Amino acid sequence: MRLLRKPVTGFAIGAVLLFGVAPLALGDFRLDLLAKYLCFAIVAVGIGLAWGRGGMLTLGQGFFFGLGGYAMAMHLKLADAGPGQMPDFMLLYGQLDELPWWWRPFANPLFALSATVLLPMFTALLLGLLIFRRKVRGAYFAILSQALCAAFAILLIGQQGTTGGTNGLTNIQGFFGYDLNDPVNRRTVYFIVAAALLAVLALTWQLMRSRYGELLVAVRDGEERVRFLGYDPANVKLVAYVAAAGMAGLAGALFVPAVGIVSPAMIGVVPSIEFVIGVAVGGRASLLGPALGAIAVAWAKTALSERVPSAWTYFEGLLFILPIVFLPGGLASLAGTIRRRSRPSAVVETPAPAKVEVTT
Amino acid sequence: MTLVLSQLFTGISIGAVLLLIALGLSLTFGQMGVINMAHGEFIMAGAYTVYVLQQVITGAGWSLLVALPVAFVVAGAMGVLLEFLLIRRLYARPLDTLLVTWGVSLILQQLARDVFGAPNVQTRAPELLTGSIRITDHLVISSSRVFILVLALTAVAALTIVLKTTPLGRRIRAVVQNRDLAAVSGLATARVDRLTFFIGSGLAGIAGVALTLIGPIGPTMGTNIIVNAFLVVVVGGIGQLQGTVIVAFVLGVLQSMVEYTTTVSVASVIVFIAIVAFLQWRPQGLFTLRTRSLA
Amino acid sequence: MFSNRGRRTAAIVAALTATVVLTACGAKTTDSATAGGAGAAIDTSGSAIKVGLLNSLSGTMAISEVTVKNSLLLAVEEINAAGGVLGKKIEPISEDGASDWPTFAEKSQKLISEDKVAAVFGCWTSASRKAVLPVFEKNKSLLFYPVQYEGLEQSPYIFYTGATTNQQIVPGLDYLKAQGKTSVYLVGSDYVFPRTANKIIKAYAEANGMKVLGEDYAPLGSTEFSTIVNKVKAAGAAAVFNTLNGDSNVAFFKEYKAAGLTAGGMPVVSVSIAEEEVKSIGTQYLAGQLTAWNYYQTTEGAANEKFVKAYKAKYGEDKPTSDPMEAAYVSVYLWKAMVEKAGSFDVEKVKAAAGGITFDAPEGKVTVDGTTQHISKTARIGRIGDDGLITEVWNSGQAITPDPYLKGYPWASGLS
Repeated sequence: MRLLRKPVTGFAIGAVLLFGVAPLALGDFRLDLLAKYLCFAIVAVGIGLAWGRGGMLTLGQGFFFGLGGYAMAMHLKLADAGPGQMPDFMLLYGQLDELPWWWRPFANPLFALSATVLLPMFTALLLGLLIFRRKVRGAYFAILSQALCAAFAILLIGQQGTTGGTNGLTNIQGFFGYDLNDPVNRRTVYFIVAAALLAVLALTWQLMRSRYGELLVAVRDGEERVRFLGYDPANVKLVAYVAAAGMAGLAGALFVPAVGIVSPAMIGVVPSIEFVIGVAVGGRASLLGPALGAIAVAWAKTALSERVPSAWTYFEGLLFILPIVFLPGGLASLAGTIRRRSRPSAVVETPAPAKVEVTT
Repeated sequence: MTLVLSQLFTGISIGAVLLLIALGLSLTFGQMGVINMAHGEFIMAGAYTVYVLQQVITGAGWSLLVALPVAFVVAGAMGVLLEFLLIRRLYARPLDTLLVTWGVSLILQQLARDVFGAPNVQTRAPELLTGSIRITDHLVISSSRVFILVLALTAVAALTIVLKTTPLGRRIRAVVQNRDLAAVSGLATARVDRLTFFIGSGLAGIAGVALTLIGPIGPTMGTNIIVNAFLVVVVGGIGQLQGTVIVAFVLGVLQSMVEYTTTVSVASVIVFIAIVAFLQWRPQGLFTLRTRSLA
Repeated sequence: MFSNRGRRTAAIVAALTATVVLTACGAKTTDSATAGGAGAAIDTSGSAIKVGLLNSLSGTMAISEVTVKNSLLLAVEEINAAGGVLGKKIEPISEDGASDWPTFAEKSQKLISEDKVAAVFGCWTSASRKAVLPVFEKNKSLLFYPVQYEGLEQSPYIFYTGATTNQQIVPGLDYLKAQGKTSVYLVGSDYVFPRTANKIIKAYAEANGMKVLGEDYAPLGSTEFSTIVNKVKAAGAAAVFNTLNGDSNVAFFKEYKAAGLTAGGMPVVSVSIAEEEVKSIGTQYLAGQLTAWNYYQTTEGAANEKFVKAYKAKYGEDKPTSDPMEAAYVSVYLWKAMVEKAGSFDVEKVKAAAGGITFDAPEGKVTVDGTTQHISKTARIGRIGDDGLITEVWNSGQAITPDPYLKGYPWASGLS
């Protein structure tokens, strides 16, 4: 535990585990799965920032994940089809003679790549401006972001000819010219995902220890007081929300080559809640907690459903209940209690007076 | 004209269903701040109550009538159990209740699957409620929908009376408006919480009974409706019964009107945009409860 | 916003990524030889041969898919009792697809590469099949898909034992036409099968002088049908063609009856309502309505009597059998026959042996078409009775050869 004290050391350990130990210890199939878990971990880091540090329970990360995923998948589908061709599903289900206009820019790899991150961030900016300026928060915000996911999923499903409908975009063969069926290339995809996770962690760490990070926590714990100090809490929250959206978008984009499919099933209410659970288990306010929690929860889900396919939902349910009720600071708070650092960080350490937040 | 009228009634009947589902939430979520995602599974419990009772009571009409109070108690008891075991530890963390109760809902769904089987089950409706009432040649409204409308309005009336006139209602309102002061004044807030939760969850059971008339009865029936129900409460204004009632009907009519001219998916998206726009105008919902809290 | 140390960390990460990406030297998409090489490794070492069962045991699709799993297990049990396949007992490994398409892909990969199964049986929705299709093609492993579907597909590694469109939808339309129905209203769930089916129906209608008076889709799992039923009623079609799936059917038929519409006045032809669904909706709402399938519990023949009896003995007297269950049951027997003809579990040999294999299925004699990897099936229109069973009112007389791309139908030429 002492070692983890210095984030740099923790970072180095993480890098060794991800780049050294995991690829050696795991077979192709399990490494593919790990790549998928790491994508979820990237989303979780963003949620940790927005929720753990900023107090915004973003139940809409599926929406941004989907935006990033679809942006990437659209490009890969176009690349698979070859220049000037239409993706296979459009020929099957669409009644179109040519590519719809909003597909065309995605043929350009640079546009598509930047869109995977910028599109979610831009949408989050617009939404955040609307929502935070009007002081929608707490439960309102959580439920509104859920509704956002539901609406987006329904919209995607309704446009089968141009979005693939419920099927989503499947059967993706190549990744920027590399054949995804080749195990070597799949391994490379894993390394890219792992590197992305480390990069996102580094960025979040910077954000957390900066002056902005302090401000964000202050907004979480007393929004009105921060306002009285002359800051605009809306802007402070907006930055965290947009950053979290960007991370979810990035994760969605990497999910596509790692798993080979993106579909509305990854966007709706259910996956969005599942994104959050790992964060809560790992420790929402810490840096590594959300990522480790997300990986642990995703791994547990796979392992349990393989062992007891017809009863694993019970365990999944318990996974939601037990850590949150009995360990509100997540697994990271266990480390925290051992360390006894002076800095108040987790929610546990604010024994809330019996104040019901939503009655405002 | 008939078309508009019949669509209007459809909208009102969709609204009535929304209202029935959201009514219990407006208590547990609106008054107590608990985001209970397992509310949908309490509705499911109410629906399965009808199924179980029909194994014993053969008359479809009687079984439905008996099911109403039984489902209220069954779902209410589940609610109290949930409150006692989990939620009372979480009153200071309303957002966490969302995740915990989601876990509970997963468990309850699987439980239903193991007890009643994965496929949907069948209940019989009394013949009276499967037909329709003819107003003019072209304007025909279904009797099950009328029943649900009446049931929803009765439930609202009963709840209003309880909240406004009985000692229990007074206590509930006191705890909602200022928990600390209520405790200082000698109210057993924990008991009041439990009773509130009983009533709120019980209402879900009644909604479940009503849903057997129009929808499927199966393990996942709760998940499809829960988000919409929460939206109704949020837009209506937390802690405000009248807001929930008005918004349920407005959303129902809006949905049905848009859906008639476009498609279901377009209608859902438009309703969502309308809600976001509305919250720009009134971020705390249609009606707001003023408190002195700073947060 | 970056401090010095942060910049250093970022630089390290960037460098790491760059090295890894540069050192990798996998195959390009332009390489002519397909990566993956030889076919799937099948574990034939033990005294048992593993097969995978991939069905949704949780989530919204569990209502339908659990019965398919039960039926698959029955076939496995029967085959094992009769001595197994090539002297080996079948060991079924069940995985939960959880009604989630990426999970289907994950689990199929697990079955293939970790359990080294000889074949996988399962999937229900088209979306789940589309999600696993690349996995099976990449690993050159076999999937047996037991549900009627929208056609327009012919994967070399999938055997389709449910009906394609010319074995179910087209005969359904032929029946309506023969009954003198000149207009239809189309109602379906919002996913691939209904949308494609309705495209075919519209092409058929145009060529056969039928009018399509309207077309509506509800999201999967939707249970609010009052508006759609209002639209159907206002359009006044002669019949409704229903491609709704699962839960939605319950709400739709309850609303349909409440609106005063009847099987006599405006019959509904459904392609996703089998005995199991009838049981959950209730004959109160369904009696008299029509269905289009290839098998009913009431279908005559010794093979079916045996199947129904065995199923009820294993799972309970009140459990009905249905078309997808039958197709699943048949798929295991067909695989057994293919393996025995090939004398090997090897995928390519099994595929080569598949053409022309026949089986006395509960639905009647079926033949595997080696080219399309579909099977020939007799189309049957049924009427739902008061007892919850479906009785045949018409059948195609002989097994219809599968034609997934509807090449034999001139009116369908513009479809794909």
